[in-house]
Amino acid sequence: MSETAVPVKAVAKPRKDLDRAVIRFAGDSGDGMQLTGEQFTTESAWAGNDVATLPNFPAEIRAPAGTLFGVSSFQLQFGSQRVYTPGDRLDCLVAMNPAALKVHLRDLKTGGLLIVNTAAFDKRNLEKAGYVGNPLDDPALGERYRLHKVDMTALTMEAIKDLPLNAKEKDRTKNFFALGLVSWIYTRPLEPTLDWIGKKFANSTAIADANTRVLKAGHAYGETAEIFSEHYAIEPAEMAPGVYRAMTGNQAIAWGLLAAAERSKLPIVYGAYPITPASGILEHLALYKRFRIRTIQAEDEIAAVTAAIGAAFGGAVGVTASSGPGIALKGEGIGLAVTAELPLVVFDIQRGGPSTGLPTKTEQADLMQALYGRNSESPVVVIAPASPGDCFYIAYEAVRIAAKYMVPVIVLSDGFLANGSEPWLIPDPSTLPPIDVQFRTEREGFFPYLRDPATLARPWVRPGTPGLEHRIGGIEKQDVTGDISYDPDNHDHMVRTRAEKVRRVAQEIPPTSINGPATGDLIVVGWGGTFGAITAAVERAQLDGKSVASVHLRHLNPLPPDLGHILREYRKVLVPEINSGQLVRVLRAEYLVDAVGFNRVRGLPLSTDEIYEAITQLTGSQV
Amino acid sequence: MSATGAGAAATPQYTKKDFESDQDVRWCPGCGDYAILSAVQKTMPDLGIPKENIVFISGIGCSSRFPYYMNTYGFHTIHGRAPAIATGLKVARPELKVFVVTGDGDGLSIGGNHMLHVLRRNVNLTILLFNNRIYGLTKGQYSPTSELGKVTKSTPMGSADRPVNPLSFALGCGATFVARTVDRDIKHMEEMLKRAAAHHGTAFVEILQNCNVYNNLAWNVLYDKESKILHELKLEHGKPLLFGPPDDRKTLVTEGLRPRVVSARDVPESARWVHDETNVNAAKLLAELFAPDFPVPIGVLSAVAAPVYEDVLLEQERRAISERGPGDIAKLLTSGDTWKIG
Repeated sequence: MSETAVPVKAVAKPRKDLDRAVIRFAGDSGDGMQLTGEQFTTESAWAGNDVATLPNFPAEIRAPAGTLFGVSSFQLQFGSQRVYTPGDRLDCLVAMNPAALKVHLRDLKTGGLLIVNTAAFDKRNLEKAGYVGNPLDDPALGERYRLHKVDMTALTMEAIKDLPLNAKEKDRTKNFFALGLVSWIYTRPLEPTLDWIGKKFANSTAIADANTRVLKAGHAYGETAEIFSEHYAIEPAEMAPGVYRAMTGNQAIAWGLLAAAERSKLPIVYGAYPITPASGILEHLALYKRFRIRTIQAEDEIAAVTAAIGAAFGGAVGVTASSGPGIALKGEGIGLAVTAELPLVVFDIQRGGPSTGLPTKTEQADLMQALYGRNSESPVVVIAPASPGDCFYIAYEAVRIAAKYMVPVIVLSDGFLANGSEPWLIPDPSTLPPIDVQFRTEREGFFPYLRDPATLARPWVRPGTPGLEHRIGGIEKQDVTGDISYDPDNHDHMVRTRAEKVRRVAQEIPPTSINGPATGDLIVVGWGGTFGAITAAVERAQLDGKSVASVHLRHLNPLPPDLGHILREYRKVLVPEINSGQLVRVLRAEYLVDAVGFNRVRGLPLSTDEIYEAITQLTGSQV
Repeated sequence: MSATGAGAAATPQYTKKDFESDQDVRWCPGCGDYAILSAVQKTMPDLGIPKENIVFISGIGCSSRFPYYMNTYGFHTIHGRAPAIATGLKVARPELKVFVVTGDGDGLSIGGNHMLHVLRRNVNLTILLFNNRIYGLTKGQYSPTSELGKVTKSTPMGSADRPVNPLSFALGCGATFVARTVDRDIKHMEEMLKRAAAHHGTAFVEILQNCNVYNNLAWNVLYDKESKILHELKLEHGKPLLFGPPDDRKTLVTEGLRPRVVSARDVPESARWVHDETNVNAAKLLAELFAPDFPVPIGVLSAVAAPVYEDVLLEQERRAISERGPGDIAKLLTSGDTWKIG
C-alpha cells in the first residue's frame, strides 16, 4: 500500500449528503485522540456545521499503554441542522488499538463505519485488551459493521521515511493519518489543520512537515484506496448569521469574567487550587493580566475562597472555582461571605463523586451541595449554564448579581460543559447589561448593614475610604449597625433577611422560555449541561406528535417566579438529571407537583435516546 | 514605604484614642491581650499612615477579637484563614497597611498551612501571633505550642504531642522578618510593633502572652524578676549577645554548630557573637534557644529583603498593560480563529 505516499489524482467518488454524523476517535491516551478530535471539530466548524463535542479521557496523565482504562476518546456530532448534543450512537468509530475497539465498539451503530489501525493489533496489545484471538479476524465484525482495516502506522512511516525524525517522533504523527482519512470521508477542509500545524510547529520544520505529509497522506488514502466506496458531505447548518468561534465551557467562563472585569472597571482576584476539571479556568485567566485579572494559585481550596473573600472586602471582584471536593472544603468560607454579605462568585465544575470519584467524568450531583452544603441557614444564589458558550453569559451574570446584591453566587458547570465545545456566536459585549458598582463614600448616616430597599444589599465600602472605618465578621451582626449581637430576635430577623435578599434575585430572572406548547401532557424540566440532550429528545417527541414541552433552568436559587405556574399547565413533569434526583426533590418541595425523575449517574452526559424513551414511557398512553 | 498613595494630604496627627473603637473590650480581666491592644493603639499614630488605610484581619480565638477594638477597617473572619484573607486583600489593594492578628491555635494549628504559605510568599503584611500556649476561647485545651506532657482538660494524663516553635517555624518557611516580644514589656512590644510595621514583606511577631485563666504564668521565665534577669536575651542588631546579671554577664559561643553559654569574661570582646539580623542561619540557631539551659531571645531575630508577592504580581500586570495595552474584550472575542456565517 506504499502507493498512498504518492498522492495521485483519483476519480471522484460518489458523494452522499447527510444531515448529521456522530464520530468518535478512540485510542491510547498517548495516541493524540483529543487533539485529533479538536482539529476535526475546527474543520467541521469551518465547514459551517453546528458541532457538539464530548472529550473523554482517563484521569491518569500517562495511563499504561494499551490498557482498557488507558483509552482516551473524543466524540463529536456535526450537522446541517442545530446539533444539541455530541450524539448517542456512533456513525463512525476510529479505533487506534484493540483496547479502544473493545471499550467503544458497543456504541457503534450496526452498519456503522469502523476504521481500525491494524498495526496496533499485535499479540501484546490484544492481550492487554483482554482479547483471546484477533477480533479483526472474526468475519462477523465485517458483516455487522463496514470495517476498514488500515495499517496506519506503516502508511505513516512510509509517508515520512526520509524526514530526520526518530521512529518515536514519526509514530506520534499517525493520529493525523486518521484525521486526514476521516476528513476525506466527511469532506472536511484541511486548511484549519494545516494552519494549526504551521503555527504549532513553527520552530520545528521537520515535525511540521511530518504532520502535514501524514495528514495529506491520510486524506489521499481515502481518495485513492479502493476500499472507500463513497464519502459524505454535510451541508452547512442554518445558523444565525454572525461571526463564530469555537468555545469550550472553561474558556467561556474565563472570558465572561474578563468581560465582567472590563464592564465593572474592577480588578478580579481569582483564587484557585488546581483540580480537574476546573484548572483550565485558572490557566485561561492567567493569560489575561492586562484585564486586571489577578490570579492566586492558593495553597489549598480554603485559601482560594478566603483570598477571594479578602479581595471582595477590599472592593475587588472575588472569584474562586473548583470541583465538588473543593467546594466541600470551601463551605465554611462561603458561609462567611453569606454572613459578611460580601460579593463572591464560586464556580463548581461538577465531576463524578463522592470523594475523588471520577475526576475526568461529568455529573450533576452537586446541586444539593450548592443549595444546602454549609452549616446553618446559609442561602446563596445558584445558577447554571446550559451549554459551553452559555458559560460566558453565566459567568458575567454571576459577577453582576453578586455585586448588586452583595451575596455569594455559586455557578454549577460540569465536566462535560467545561471541556466540550460548540460553535459560538460572538456577542457584541456592549449589549451585555451594565455592572454598575457604587462604593459607599458618604459618611452621613452610614452603617455597615444599612440596606438598599430594593435589593436588601448592604453598602460596599472600600477600606481606604475616610470616615467609614468599620468592622465586619463571622459573628452574628445586628441589622443596620453591624454591631455584634446575640439577641434572639435579631438572629431570627437576620436569617430571614439573608434569605429574602437571595429571594429578591428573582427580580433579575427573565420570563421562562418554553420549548413547545404552553399546556399539555408532559413538561420536561432540566438544568445545566443536559440542555442539548433534553431539547433534542423533546423535539423528536414533538415530531412524533406528542404533547411535550421543556424548560431549562439557568436559575436554581431562586427559581424563576413563573415556574410554579408553568408546571401546573402539564399533566406530568419529568426531570432528567445526572444524579439520583436532586432538582426533582426541590421542585416537589417547592411546588407540591408530582414530578418524576429520570436519573442516570454514569459519568457521561445523558443521551437523547434515553430521555426520549423516558418521555415515551410517560406519554405512551396518549399517543 | 508610605501607604497613603501619591499626592495624599499630610497624615493627621493621631493620638492613641483615635484608634480605640466604641466597642466594649470583652477579654477576661487580667488577660495579656489588654496590654497588647494598648501597645498597638499607642503605636499606630507613629506609623504615619491615615487610619482609613489600616486594616486588621483576624481568625478565631481570643486574640482574634482584636479588630473589633481597633477604630480602623477590620475583618474578623474564620478559624485559621486570616493569612489567606489578608493575601487576597493585599492582591486587590496593595496600598493598604494590613495587620493579621492570630494566636497559637489559629495561626499554627488550624491555620498552619496558610501561615506557611503567607510567609514563603512574603506578602507585605504584619502578623501578630499571640502565643499563650493554650486554647482559651474553648476553655482550656492544650495548643500546638503547649509543652509535651501538658495536663489540660483534653489531656488529663498529659499531652502526647511535641510543641512547635513559632520562630523556628516562621524562619523555616522563609519569613523575611521574625521577632519575639512579651506582653509585660510594653516598651519592647511597641518597639517591635514599629519595626515589624515598617518591614516590607511579611513581618512575623510572636508575642508571648499570658492567659491568666487557663495557663497562668506560662511565660514566667520572663515575668519573674529574678528569672528574667537570668534568662532574657535582648537582641540588638550589631551588638554582642549578652545576658544575665550585671555582675555575671553571659554570652554565647558556638562549638561547631552547637551554641554554648559561657561567661562573657572568658570571651574577648573582639571574638563575641555579634547579632546580625541579616544572618538567617544565626537566627535559626537563636530561635531554638530556651530556658533553662539557654537564654530566651527577644527582639528581631531576622530581617532580610526579598521579593514581595503582590509587588511581583502587580508588576506583571503593569508590564502586560504597558506592552500590549489594557484588555479589550471586544477585540479578544474576535481574535484568533473565527468564521462568518450569513
